[in-house]
Amino acid sequence: MNARLALSLAALALGSCARTGPHNTGVYLLVDTSGSYNLQVRKAQQISLYALSRLQSADSIAVATINTGSFTEKDIIAKATLDDRPSTANQQKRAFASTIVKFVDESVPAPYTDITGGLLQAVEFLKEKNTSRKEILILSDMKEELAKGYIRDIPLDLKGFDVVALNVTKLRSDNFDPRLYLSRLDIWREKVEKGGGHWRVINDLDHLDGLL
Amino acid sequence: MSMSSLLTITPWPIVSAATLLVLLVAALYFARDTARQVIHAAAGALAQGLRVASHAVTRAQERLAARNRAVLLAAGREAKERIVEREFVRVGDTVRKDLAGYPDMRRRLSESIQRIEEDQEKAVEVPPEAPGWAQAIKVIAEVKGRSTNTEILEDIHRSTVKAHEEAMADYRKASGERHALLRRMMPDWRLIQETLERVNKSVESVLARALAIDHHMEEYEAIVRGEDRAVSVLSSSSIVYFFVSALVLAVATAGTAVNFTLIARPMAEMVGGTNFIGAFRTADIAALVIIMVEISMGLFLMESLRITRLFPVIGALSDKMRVRMIFMTFAVLLMMASIEAGLAYMREVLLQDELATSSLLRGDNGAVIVNPHLWITTAAQMGMGFVLPFALVFVAIPLETFVHSLRTVVGLVGIAVLQSLALILRLLGNGCRHLGTLAQRLYDLPLFVPLWIESRRMAHEAVARSRLAVAATPWKEAQS
Repeated sequence: MNARLALSLAALALGSCARTGPHNTGVYLLVDTSGSYNLQVRKAQQISLYALSRLQSADSIAVATINTGSFTEKDIIAKATLDDRPSTANQQKRAFASTIVKFVDESVPAPYTDITGGLLQAVEFLKEKNTSRKEILILSDMKEELAKGYIRDIPLDLKGFDVVALNVTKLRSDNFDPRLYLSRLDIWREKVEKGGGHWRVINDLDHLDGLL
Repeated sequence: MSMSSLLTITPWPIVSAATLLVLLVAALYFARDTARQVIHAAAGALAQGLRVASHAVTRAQERLAARNRAVLLAAGREAKERIVEREFVRVGDTVRKDLAGYPDMRRRLSESIQRIEEDQEKAVEVPPEAPGWAQAIKVIAEVKGRSTNTEILEDIHRSTVKAHEEAMADYRKASGERHALLRRMMPDWRLIQETLERVNKSVESVLARALAIDHHMEEYEAIVRGEDRAVSVLSSSSIVYFFVSALVLAVATAGTAVNFTLIARPMAEMVGGTNFIGAFRTADIAALVIIMVEISMGLFLMESLRITRLFPVIGALSDKMRVRMIFMTFAVLLMMASIEAGLAYMREVLLQDELATSSLLRGDNGAVIVNPHLWITTAAQMGMGFVLPFALVFVAIPLETFVHSLRTVVGLVGIAVLQSLALILRLLGNGCRHLGTLAQRLYDLPLFVPLWIESRRMAHEAVARSRLAVAATPWKEAQS
């Protein structure tokens, strides 16, 4: 009886000491730099700084551009996994912020918009980081324009991902026929939800409180 | 079989229902005795069981009360022994201190008295010389020859005046010397007075202690005899100690929380801010461990100083070992306090760093307004970080009181709970018996018709029997 009690207590103690899995967050911000949307790039700085202010130690963040071919690491402007120690994490945040400011100042417009490629790259990055919460933020008008030869008709595996479209601006053609804008958003929602992800749209960048 | 099918045993439902009712009442009537016995037996068994349970609980409560009484008396006896022992130590110290100075005091008193005696002998007043001229002057005055006598008398007068003046001068001188001697006695008198006052104070102190010891001994004897009054006093004291110590421990817990807040954030710099043990951050656990170690060191320090007696092993150590332990625990505490002060400083630095980063991320370009009086907060945090570990040392005293009084209070609560339980069980037992009676009455309720018939029949039979008895009486009388 005593031995059984001791074993139970030991098991309880070991159980209580067991890790309960990661508690961190991974954020991947895709910034559309194509055509006229390049004018909106400055808003990427606001979103990046907001995301940085919300992140804690052991969280990961990356900012990448959406251009002609986005399924590549070369499009990642800055990436960081914040250190365990709060002081080092603060230093990393400051360095990250300065990199983003530099990118915003030097951004050049891209001829095409490969959103799906960027999404695939984001999924790959966040899966590699193995964060418990995975957020993909897309700062774009969500109009995909692929260059010739790029195949993007690929099903997305977005289980456990939150995909947030930010500042989805209306195009000139949308003003003539709003159904184009709505159908564009519907297509992306369907695509994300079909992949197992959760889709959201936030157009008011002054109210990002619920973002992270 | 459903109710509707039952109602179809005859073509008329009402007749079916009436038939069923009659059958049911008849069945209940014929099973009445058995049913009453069953109800009676069930209610009786339940009541008996509850009564037995109540008695068992009462016995357990009595045992617990006896145990609690024994614990209270033992604790009270121990406490009184400690108090009396301490009083005896104080008396011993007083007596030892006074007796150690007694030979010196006696010597000084003797010297003072000797000096006073010598001075007193010297200060004895010398009576003025008796006038030897008066008789001679009278004789000469009666001698014949006026002129010779006058000259002689004048010479005598001059001599007398001169002698008087000399005598007065000598007298004044002697008086002065005597006064000087008396003045010289004053310090000796004061010394004697002070010494006697000191002795008086010591004697009064010893007497007061003796009275206190008498009082404590009376209480101790009452405890040893196990008097109810002593138990009552000890019980109420124990409850008071329990609440007071609980209050102080609550204050100490608040202090611990403040201490934890001071060091939890900077601990993340040492052990990382993202590691978890179970559901808790390792940094938080590390901070808590530091505080617990400080409290443990405080307990050991208090034990080593023999202020508390939670660990008999420490109390039984040799004095040399105890002193070593005092220094060791104090050194560890000092180290911990210094670490905490450093961590408190680090907390402020981290806070400023975070503020600067947040400001930058908000787009303020790092323009943080630096408060010129910020050093006050930093110094206060460091001071608290250094002082709190030492303040927590004193937690040992209320903790000991709490632990000791908890045993008694838990016993008292247990007694109250058992008493209530016994009462409830007794009430339930009685309730079961009455419920049995009520169930029998309720059983009889639908049988009122056959019961009424039965009672009428019995009454009729009784009347018939009495008539038979009356009719048989003259026959018997005739026979007799």
